[in-house]
Amino acid sequence: MPPRLRGHPLADLHFGDDQPTEAEQAAIDAIVPQANAASIVETERIVRGGRSRRHGLRHLLLPVLHSLQHEIGWISPGGLNGAAERLGVPPAEAYGVATFYELLRTADPGHRDDVVHVCVDPACALAGNNELRTTLDADGARVHDSPCLGQCERAPALFVQGVGRPDRVPADDNEEFQLPQAGDPGLRVLRRVGVVDPTSLESYREHGGYEALATAIEMGPDAVIAVISDSGLSGRGGAAFPTGIKWRAVADEPGADKHVVANCDESEPGTFKDRILCEQDPFAVIESMTIAGLATGASHGWIYIRGEYPRATARLESAIAQARASGLLGDDVAGSGQRFDIELRRGAGAYICGEETALFNSIEGFRGEPRNKPPFPTTHGLFSQPTAVNNPETLINALDIVIDGPDTYRSLGTERSPGTRLFCLSGRIGVPGLYEVPFGTPLGDLLDLAGGPVGSLAAVLLGGAAGVFVGPDSLDMPLTLEDTREASATLGSGVVTVFDDTVDMEAVVVRIAEFFRDESCGQCVPCRVGTQRQHEVLVELQGSDKPLTKQRSELIDDMALAMVDASICGLGHTAASAVRSALSLGLIGNSQ
Amino acid sequence: MIFLWGSNAREAHPIFFHHVLKGIDNGARMYCVDPRYTSSAQFSDVWVGIDVGTDIALANGIGREIIHAGLANQDFIAHSTQGFEAYAASVEPFTPEAVAAICGIPAEVVVEMAHAYATADKAQILWTLGITEHHNAVDNVLSLCNLALLTGHVGRWGSGLVPLRGQNNVQGGGDMGAIPNKFPGFASVDDPDHRARFEAAYGRELNPVPGLHLTLMFEAMEQGDLRALYVIGENPADSEADALHARAQLESLDILVVQDILMTRTAEMADVVLPASVAWAESEGTVTSSERRVQRVRPAVSPPGQARHDIDILCDMAEAMGDELGPRDPKAAWDELRSLSAMHGGMAWERLEAAGGLQWPCPDEDHPGSAFLHGWLWADDLEGRDPAPFSVLEHEGPTEELSEKFPLRLTTGRALDSYNTGVQSGQYDSPIRFAGLDMNTHDAAGLGIADGDRVRVCSPRGSVEMNARVVSSLPRGLAFTTLHHPELIDVNVLTNPEWDPKSGTAEFKAAAVRVELVVAPETAGASVG
Amino acid sequence: MSGAITETAVTIRVDGQEVAVPEGATILDACDAAGVETPTICYGPTLTPVNVCRLCVVELDGSRALVPSCSRPAEEGMVVHTDSERVRHSRKMVLEFLTTGVDVSQADELGQWAEHYGADPSRYVPGGETMDEPVRVQDNLYIRDYDKCVLCYRCVEACGDDAQHTYAISVAGRGFGARISAEFDVTLPESACVYCGNCVAVCPTNALQFKTEFDLRQADDWRPEDQTVTQTVCSYCGVGCNLELHVQDNQIVKCTSPDDHDVTSGNLCIKGRFGWNYV
Ligand SMILES: Cc1cc2nc3c(=O)[nH]c(=O)nc-3n(C[C@H](O)[C@H](O)[C@H](O)COP(=O)(O)O)c2cc1C
Ligand code: SF4
Ligand code: SF4
Ligand code: SF4
Ligand code: FES
Ligand code: FES
Repeated sequence: MPPRLRGHPLADLHFGDDQPTEAEQAAIDAIVPQANAASIVETERIVRGGRSRRHGLRHLLLPVLHSLQHEIGWISPGGLNGAAERLGVPPAEAYGVATFYELLRTADPGHRDDVVHVCVDPACALAGNNELRTTLDADGARVHDSPCLGQCERAPALFVQGVGRPDRVPADDNEEFQLPQAGDPGLRVLRRVGVVDPTSLESYREHGGYEALATAIEMGPDAVIAVISDSGLSGRGGAAFPTGIKWRAVADEPGADKHVVANCDESEPGTFKDRILCEQDPFAVIESMTIAGLATGASHGWIYIRGEYPRATARLESAIAQARASGLLGDDVAGSGQRFDIELRRGAGAYICGEETALFNSIEGFRGEPRNKPPFPTTHGLFSQPTAVNNPETLINALDIVIDGPDTYRSLGTERSPGTRLFCLSGRIGVPGLYEVPFGTPLGDLLDLAGGPVGSLAAVLLGGAAGVFVGPDSLDMPLTLEDTREASATLGSGVVTVFDDTVDMEAVVVRIAEFFRDESCGQCVPCRVGTQRQHEVLVELQGSDKPLTKQRSELIDDMALAMVDASICGLGHTAASAVRSALSLGLIGNSQ
Repeated sequence: MIFLWGSNAREAHPIFFHHVLKGIDNGARMYCVDPRYTSSAQFSDVWVGIDVGTDIALANGIGREIIHAGLANQDFIAHSTQGFEAYAASVEPFTPEAVAAICGIPAEVVVEMAHAYATADKAQILWTLGITEHHNAVDNVLSLCNLALLTGHVGRWGSGLVPLRGQNNVQGGGDMGAIPNKFPGFASVDDPDHRARFEAAYGRELNPVPGLHLTLMFEAMEQGDLRALYVIGENPADSEADALHARAQLESLDILVVQDILMTRTAEMADVVLPASVAWAESEGTVTSSERRVQRVRPAVSPPGQARHDIDILCDMAEAMGDELGPRDPKAAWDELRSLSAMHGGMAWERLEAAGGLQWPCPDEDHPGSAFLHGWLWADDLEGRDPAPFSVLEHEGPTEELSEKFPLRLTTGRALDSYNTGVQSGQYDSPIRFAGLDMNTHDAAGLGIADGDRVRVCSPRGSVEMNARVVSSLPRGLAFTTLHHPELIDVNVLTNPEWDPKSGTAEFKAAAVRVELVVAPETAGASVG
Repeated sequence: MSGAITETAVTIRVDGQEVAVPEGATILDACDAAGVETPTICYGPTLTPVNVCRLCVVELDGSRALVPSCSRPAEEGMVVHTDSERVRHSRKMVLEFLTTGVDVSQADELGQWAEHYGADPSRYVPGGETMDEPVRVQDNLYIRDYDKCVLCYRCVEACGDDAQHTYAISVAGRGFGARISAEFDVTLPESACVYCGNCVAVCPTNALQFKTEFDLRQADDWRPEDQTVTQTVCSYCGVGCNLELHVQDNQIVKCTSPDDHDVTSGNLCIKGRFGWNYV
């Protein structure tokens, strides 16, 4: 063990008496070797450290905590002290970070078994997660309830969090990937998915990979941003913000300490598209990020991937390594003379970390609490530097736009919603899975494409928990940004969860309310308390045979308005939308 | 860039350190020169653990490197200083290697610090008792001043020399003339012109012979020349180095009068005790902080029992001796001071009422006070003053050399929750209090001492028992204790009374000691050894 | 804020009234300048705004959601409404939300605002979640009663980057389960806490309290109306921190420092904050 630097015991970085075990120390060393510690004891008389050094290491906190959790099964006081000391992070803050994440445990579980996470969200509830849970329990597995695991097309979903062994998704083992639309010539974003070998750069090149980067280098940053702007490409992460404007804003900031972040945290219940993109076409994510980097003049790229996505993580890591080895990442990207490289960070079980500013805090080693905007990420993003955050689907769209030009992109979709859109279909639907259709396709057509609803259609949840329920009368609604907005609905991240009349909708709605209560970061009052009280009102309502009273209905509306108006971030802003749409559709709260 | 030199400001001057931290947050680099890896050092970019008492060698070495590297501020030296040639010659022997050998640190670090300081845009040197509680205290300070003169890091916004005062009103005491050779406003007792001004104001002749400072008083007691002592708010029976000796001197007096707010060890020895009110919470007045900021203190509670205000006691005392000191009114006393001390001239009582007070010099009522003192160094005409002199300084280590019998260096200091001899701070229930000896891990292991063991610390003057705490924040060969708990640990029994002829401060920071494990736990206490 | 208007002033409109504030000032500063009182909880004049309580929200023309006035810089030409239906609604809801789960009996200002906006905590589902934390009395200097905690983050900031840089406490947990805590909720004496009490000084709800105050309250003998506050100077080191001594029955019962003093900014160290009981 390295010499333990104990200052005057009243010193500010005060560590309790608990010391890391050898195994814990090794888990820490694996991420941050002693040679890179926050305090370097050069000799008995010279210590180098200081705040700037500590700040520079802080972003390794979450990786170190992951490492401890993975090796030991929890983050013990000794392990936390060891991590905190190595990085110069105050233990209280490290604890604050560790307790923020669902995948990190700060209480001794009393065993070193793997933990089996079972999804409790709607698609899996419909597919019999309860029976699955019972079986697992009977087998003596360590079962843990989890929000949507991003595998809704193959519900009920499991994720096995390994202790001392790699994390696993059992469904990955026996799956030969096939898109429902396999072979459809209309596919754009999904063109290579299920076709290309996702583990091979060569295969990616054979399928047109890295042509877009070459074109982009030839065009130069301005022209790239111009075609992206002209194409009308908008964000697919939920907020539908114009990508060209975002890139332009970052490009206009001075310096090269700028960042491009691929937001692969995908945790919106019902969404699984980004997992499939990252697993099946990882090089496309890397290539498109690189283009974004060159276009915006950013030299740092980050992928923030959901912690429950082990296969996507492995494939992205391998893709990064291959790209780097081939000079497609690094100090001189593909002979462009520009530097761009990518670091990958894993989330640890927090829906809120998909919110872009929470994501920055998470990478930086702080609690994943969203920041107030303005200032916006384009000027004060990751490490307070200019940052372009994009969803992988958004990014991959840029590849074809660079090669084919904006007009080809605009030839599909509508004037205000050009291009195609991915939709994640799950629930009571013939063939659950990932679909790509042009914007403007009516909802009913999309359902038909996926084999049509099973049973008698009762409602469709569009946009996930943060979205809204629509009824069977909305099947004609064209799936565009403008039409959904007009109908007070949303496309969100492309979730389409289908319910028939056998489903206990009250349970579904209560679960959505519970999801927000669980996932609120807790920072701002309207959301922290509002999501809690909203859940309490719905639980009270659930199973009661009395109709919703005027007072209760008012209370729900009052809370919703405050959450929308006064919360810091999108989570609070949307926490009441599905609930209220369910009420107005009469899915809950009627005399039953 | 910040040099924190011989100061654990994080604990000794916590709120001042908040301001240092702001600087660090804004990107300032800090080098901390201190034999101990203190809680202040934890915030530094580099901690440099020099041997106790080798500060001059290091400062000279840094100066030499600045000169050799061509980083000295020649314009500033030519315009604002004098004595550079002699200084440059005097530091010549202090090569990085020589300094490394003396201070026990790598030579490269000496060079690194020199470059960091000299090339910084703005740089400050902050120090406290780590510099001054030595037998050559004034020389230590001057060696740091030399560095500022060499680089011009003085007298400008953001650059300067910052001594931190240990007590809330040492600065004020000095300003008010509570120094043996000064009148208020630093007028000299032995300067006839100065004296004449005060004689005119007081309407009597004043003794032209400077008085004795505390350390000389003890020598005078020893020689039998000083037979009566009137102590106001001091606890020399605990706070003097070589305390057993000091107590013997106090015992030998014909009469000892102590005026204090609490029953200190000195008060216990007194023939007469005059209970006083608590200056800062029970009476009116002013105090002056380290940054020469004069602020008002006010009574919040009324004094208990027979306790009386200092001003009343003093006036009564004068009356009993057949004299009048003037009105018993703090404001009147203050106005008298303003009329005699030019630098306080503009500090009307009413102006001081406002939060924040005023920093001297503040010569007239429109003057806003002065944030820093040595701006004149940058004036074209030096405001008519003489250029600032470099000082030629010799390095001498601590007077008490380590020996086979006393192989460890004991240094003393302050802890966050306590204050001096603990007279006041010992009264509240601090959850973070520790009284004992900090020892290096290896030293402790070599002596078979484990954390929490009871040890006996012996110096040539005496021995004291205390509990050991084993830490790695001290280099080998160095032990540390605080002076806050004389009732538990009579540490000044051990300390070296060797004192600086220029300031009268004793060498609290460097005694030679031996530490032994006490096998059978005994009660704490001192015994002549 | 000094209130001095520098050359680079920005002019904004607050409830129809034009006010000029220096560049960098917030909407809250502008409201103050316009004489419009604004309720705040997480804002502190000496702290970096964290804008988490959302009590200070105002309606800003051109912004979809309400904006927190405490952190939003005033920009030339902004038009702000502080008493619109939406503003009143959100403020009322925030106050209701806080008063449903937290004991705000000693948060006087908050109570007054709750009355002002007509907050009605009784209309919620009975038996809802509350903070439900035991009082932590772990030493003789100050106590922590997190039943009274509104998670305003002020103590965390004062302990951390904004003043003390000790980082003994942080927010732990998530959502409604978030709590102020040391690592693994160890007791304060075991934590990094150095007892500067700067957290106590900024706590708006009395969740953090001097032990002297706590004991007097337990004995039902806490009488603010009988207390005097005297400003003086700390008797310990030479920094010269100003103290405000709160005195009841000729006894010091707690000690604060003025926020607007540029030496302390309201902060003290353990000696100044707690080292007075020998008086
Ligand atoms: C609570 C919350 C969760 C979010 N999660 C994700 C996510 O998992 N993936 C994502 O791409 N965007 C997510 N977003 C949206 C991001 O904040 C951001 O708008 C998006 O990543 C920008 O990329 P785009 O412009 O390509 O859509 C989330 C937003 C909120 C409020
Ligand atoms: S809205 Fe909710 S999730 Fe977003 S910052 Fe506020 S508490 Fe956190
Ligand atoms: S303890 Fe007080 S200051 Fe700290 S978060 Fe709670 S209410 Fe705010
Ligand atoms: S409060 Fe602390 S820092 Fe301030 S004067 Fe008192 S002892 Fe010094
Ligand atoms: S994986 Fe279960 S709902 Fe998405
Ligand atoms: S006071 Fe502005 S958000 Fe709390």
